[in-house]
Amino acid sequence: MEFLQQLVNGLALGSIYALIAIGYTMVYGIVQLINFAHGDIYMIGAFVGFFAVVKYGLPFLPTLLLAMLVCSVLGVIIEKIAYRPLRNSPRITALITAIGVSLFLENVVRWRLGPDPRPFPELFSVKVFSLGGVQVSNVQLLIFGVALVLIVILQFIIYRTRIGKAMRAVSQDQDAARLMGINVDRTISVTFAIGSALAAAAGILVGIAYPRIDPYMGILPGLKAFVAAVLGGIGIIPGAMLGGLVMGVAELMVVGFWSSDYRDAIAFAILIIILLIKPTGILGKNQSEKV
Amino acid sequence: MKMRKRLALVVALVFALSIFAGCGAKTETPTPGTPSKEDIKIGIINSLSGSVSSYGTSAHNGALLAIEEVNKKGGLLDGRQVKYVEEDDQGKIDDASNASQKLINQDNVVAIIGATISSCSNAAAPSAQAAGVPMITPTSTATNVTENGEYISRICFLDPYQSKALAKFAVDNLKANKAAILYNKQDDYSTGLAVSFKEEFTKLGGTIVEEQTYGKDEQDFNGQLTKIKGTNPEILFLPDYYNTVGLIAKQAKQQGLKATLLGADGWDSPQLFEIGGDAVEGAIFSAHYSAADPSPETKAFVEAYKAKYQKDPDSFAALGYDAAMALMSSINTAGSTDKAKIKDAINDLKDFKGASGTITLDDKRNPIKTVVFVKCQQGKQEFVAKVTP
Repeated sequence: MEFLQQLVNGLALGSIYALIAIGYTMVYGIVQLINFAHGDIYMIGAFVGFFAVVKYGLPFLPTLLLAMLVCSVLGVIIEKIAYRPLRNSPRITALITAIGVSLFLENVVRWRLGPDPRPFPELFSVKVFSLGGVQVSNVQLLIFGVALVLIVILQFIIYRTRIGKAMRAVSQDQDAARLMGINVDRTISVTFAIGSALAAAAGILVGIAYPRIDPYMGILPGLKAFVAAVLGGIGIIPGAMLGGLVMGVAELMVVGFWSSDYRDAIAFAILIIILLIKPTGILGKNQSEKV
Repeated sequence: MKMRKRLALVVALVFALSIFAGCGAKTETPTPGTPSKEDIKIGIINSLSGSVSSYGTSAHNGALLAIEEVNKKGGLLDGRQVKYVEEDDQGKIDDASNASQKLINQDNVVAIIGATISSCSNAAAPSAQAAGVPMITPTSTATNVTENGEYISRICFLDPYQSKALAKFAVDNLKANKAAILYNKQDDYSTGLAVSFKEEFTKLGGTIVEEQTYGKDEQDFNGQLTKIKGTNPEILFLPDYYNTVGLIAKQAKQQGLKATLLGADGWDSPQLFEIGGDAVEGAIFSAHYSAADPSPETKAFVEAYKAKYQKDPDSFAALGYDAAMALMSSINTAGSTDKAKIKDAINDLKDFKGASGTITLDDKRNPIKTVVFVKCQQGKQEFVAKVTP
């Protein structure tokens, strides 16, 4: 019974990692950039939600949509200003720029809003359901539900729309895609917008589940989501989802059946082990380097 | 090039200004006393700006209220007014040490109240001890602060002392004998309380059925709470600060945990209710003081504080008030401004009735006093009991 309970806890945490990890993996898939500012976009999503609820008293759904909108615009702006000029520079340059953007976002928020944690306002009163001895709360169900809906929408966009087709084409070969008449810059902007919107949604869900937000809240989940993305095979969207869930469940099992001291250590140990056995990640295909 | 020179000039100016700002101590004479009698000068060091400014400002307000009250009643030692020099240590060690040297050497104060946080008190204490100037810290809880020497004492209780009271309260008042502990392993305050609570609770015949930990940035406690739930404790002891405790309480409720939540002085903040919501309803914690304490000294203090500052006093304000009052009453007991005599009077402090309870200093200059227990009820703190361990 305790095992099932920890599984439920782990899946709830894992779906948040999955939402953040998808943004990492989408951006990587298309521009081969590890966007370290992604965790901070998640933080900004939580803060937008905070002000939407506290200042304007918006209910859940408008809050979620507003945060997703604001963050997708922010994601596009960041890409335009910070990453686009470096598109043809060495990869390490873009990576370091991403770290710079991350520090910039954290410190701007800290400067404007202060370093103290703020309580995220309560949007729902907690209800607990008991299913055969396993406790499931409405907050956990909400996290599952929203994550699931967003992922289905994402799959639809990628496989059933023109822009999705363009994204797949650009991720395979940018130059060939451009020759086929695809607007590469626009496609990359859309990718950043979608990835950032998913991070914002994760930010709101975290605000509801763990109602304490601060400017540095994005660092650790961002790092773990990055691990989740690599774990599943970076650049592969179902891999990011799977990686996120694996990370969440693994963490909770470590806490439940071993010791919480090893929680983060295990998360990163899993990464190392998987990369040793299967360097391309769980769902990654082995590719030989083309010469 | 010109641009760069100008920039350098600006930077230099800013630095120069900040140096002056650091020295910007205010000397204030309250109501002008009779000129024939010399004023008594005391120094106050608090963190009035910086990351712990809310603590320092409260403690400072409390101390100023005490001085104002004493001066209104005719001052000390047959009508000598109390004059104070205030210093802001910004929560920084260097500034605290500079502040105490300045108070001792330039302002020639007879005694010092301060500092707010333990690290600053430890920085300020050596020069006070060396110069033989009595120093009372209102709020520094680290054990080693008073170990700086016989001139250094404090008004707040220590963590092991608090744990003793908590264990006693759990056994006597809550009639509990099965307790679980969930604490922050990366925080000295949290770990210290957990360890000493375990010791005291076991000594009184209770059993710790489960002990779980977490790290400093963790937000998800569902795993630990599921394990704790399996052991069916009557109380769950959560020795951490309000923002983390609020999160834990919320998740405990989601996991359907029925144990009474028990906490310590780190819970004492209005934000506890904002984060924890109805999940902290019925939880109980130990505090230095409660505004709802029915004792006449506390009531009088709360009224006077509200009248002067238009807000409710918190624990820091009460401790600041008590530190200043205890010092001034010791000056009267000593009968002179001789620093060694004042020191002896402070160290002999016995049954001093303050806003935060009745205080007696032990031979290590730490207070023996009552610990207040407070219950969270409908977003408010309700007074439950006072316990002397």
